[in-house]
Amino acid sequence: MGGTATEARVNRLDDYAGLLGAGEIAELRALAARLEGRPIQMVNSTAVGGGVAEMLTRIVPLIEELNLPIRWDVITGGEDFFAITKAFHNALHGGCYDLPESSFQTFLNYTEQNRAKLHFDADFTVIHDPQPIALVESRNHGGKPWIWRCHIDLSQPDRRVWEFLAPFVARYDAAIFSSPVFARQLPIPQFLFYPSIDPLSEKNRELEPELIREILEDFKIDPGRPILTQVSRFDRLKDPVGVVRAYQQVKRYYDCQLVLAGGSASDDPEGEAVLSEVQEAAGRDADIHILNLPPWSAKEINALQRASTIVIQKSLREGFGLTVTEGLWKKKPVVASAVGGIPLQVIHKQTGMLSHSVEGTAYQIRYLLSNPAIALKLGEQGHEHVREHFLITSNVRRYLTLFLHFVGSR
Amino acid sequence: MKASRPFEFVTASYLVRIESQVAENLLGLERGIENCSDGSMFYHTFQSLGRHHFLNEGFSNDFAQWVLGSCNRPALAERLASLDIRGYVSLEELRADLKRILADFGERYPREAGQGAFDKFYFCEAIGEEVPLGSAGTAEEFGDRLRELPHASLQFHFLTSRLRLQLRTNDFSHWFDEVLGLKRLAREVERIDIYTNTLDGVRDRIVELLEREIGPWAERLPRRA
Repeated sequence: MGGTATEARVNRLDDYAGLLGAGEIAELRALAARLEGRPIQMVNSTAVGGGVAEMLTRIVPLIEELNLPIRWDVITGGEDFFAITKAFHNALHGGCYDLPESSFQTFLNYTEQNRAKLHFDADFTVIHDPQPIALVESRNHGGKPWIWRCHIDLSQPDRRVWEFLAPFVARYDAAIFSSPVFARQLPIPQFLFYPSIDPLSEKNRELEPELIREILEDFKIDPGRPILTQVSRFDRLKDPVGVVRAYQQVKRYYDCQLVLAGGSASDDPEGEAVLSEVQEAAGRDADIHILNLPPWSAKEINALQRASTIVIQKSLREGFGLTVTEGLWKKKPVVASAVGGIPLQVIHKQTGMLSHSVEGTAYQIRYLLSNPAIALKLGEQGHEHVREHFLITSNVRRYLTLFLHFVGSR
Repeated sequence: MKASRPFEFVTASYLVRIESQVAENLLGLERGIENCSDGSMFYHTFQSLGRHHFLNEGFSNDFAQWVLGSCNRPALAERLASLDIRGYVSLEELRADLKRILADFGERYPREAGQGAFDKFYFCEAIGEEVPLGSAGTAEEFGDRLRELPHASLQFHFLTSRLRLQLRTNDFSHWFDEVLGLKRLAREVERIDIYTNTLDGVRDRIVELLEREIGPWAERLPRRA
């Protein structure tokens, strides 16, 4: 893994005008015009796989199309480096860090190798997540702005890992978080950038009704009866068993179906155990469809979400919850737990329904099934909420505004 | 209809800065409102209305929403929500009124004011970058541009103008009245209720009122390349 990664097939800016209006695209161009000729550099730890790489694959070409020179660099490292950064990731999420003290030096050694390979001469340097965080050592004193974009929840980090990383964070000009809940007290300014989805991607683009019907047929789902769907990997924190329990309570009143669409669990022992628990909870109910889908199922996920009557996200803990964003974008009424970044997206009774328990989730689903006009309105308003705040173009806009802010303040 | 002075369209793109203040109950909210920056007051009131422009009921400002959703105090939330930001030309006045309502509640119900909320309230601050979007030299050009104006620009001219102009009006009405002499149009545009209309609804209404005033204008405009 490594090298520069700016090539990828993406949509053009004008392709988004149909969804957002020409004025919104013209506004992006006006913002970018003020930054003309100022190079931008993005650095992360992988060119493919994972949410950050997916976001950069889409955002970098859009910024290029705005006539701003942008470079995307990917750091390199051995398996030991990535084992350490994976452990950092888990520890920053509140897990325990049990690697030896020498792991910190190994991390710094790889950082030195990357510093020697990469050039840092952009007007704005954005470093994504903890893996490349120490590259900030390459920053000149009083030089051009360096920004740390933290995509993970830092609210309850392991103390040892945080004490190691915090001095690097303090050397940046600003940090970006996905929610105020995920931020920490830092000596540098912290900005709020929501994660985003691409409305033209395979997972979110409009689909022909025939294709949706075919996919439902493939999965033996009846399009004539209400479909409740949760899309999530089979993980206890997503509470799939709780979803089955909520569905069973709804089923007493409504002849509905439940779709639990998750990722492959073949290489994940806990995932397999959770899948077994879900299957056991489902029993012999033929209206519960447990779909263990491969990672390349974006079109199928899209179709299942679009065919749904209600989208559920009954997580016990959550990051931002982009599956909620996807459901809202598809104008679906969403019933979701009030955890992590979900309340930023689901404004209770305005863009969806929040719940706190199995019983609450079941009640909100029943309420929406018996009030389709309200469900429709929530779906419409949820779609507008995403259009305004959680699309890839909003992300471009936030970066441009941040860079303009630095230009203006120096 | 030619204008003696063109209308200069501007957009304001906002960064959201996460502040260190957090409220865990109503007393904390009152303290936060007292101490937060003007940028924070702006973000949670004027900006909040703009951020939720697609809603046409039940959403007024972040404070009211939190009091309702996280503190389960509907009567207090209603009082906070009923402050019409269009009546304010200064953030200090708005801050004082919000604080007064919370202090009043705290005096009458001290135990409830100290009860922990379901979620914390995180104070944030808006930092705006203004960028010009071109100008309109005639009423017809204005109408044409308005149809494609981005939401942020509509919000800038229709909602937050009061803080800039220190007038109880919006930029559009100000221009209609002062430059074009269209007093009735200025008055009717100012009367559009942003609390019960979406921003797109406001736009449509202005276009409709303008068309009623000067007639359909599309055929009078030079063809765009």
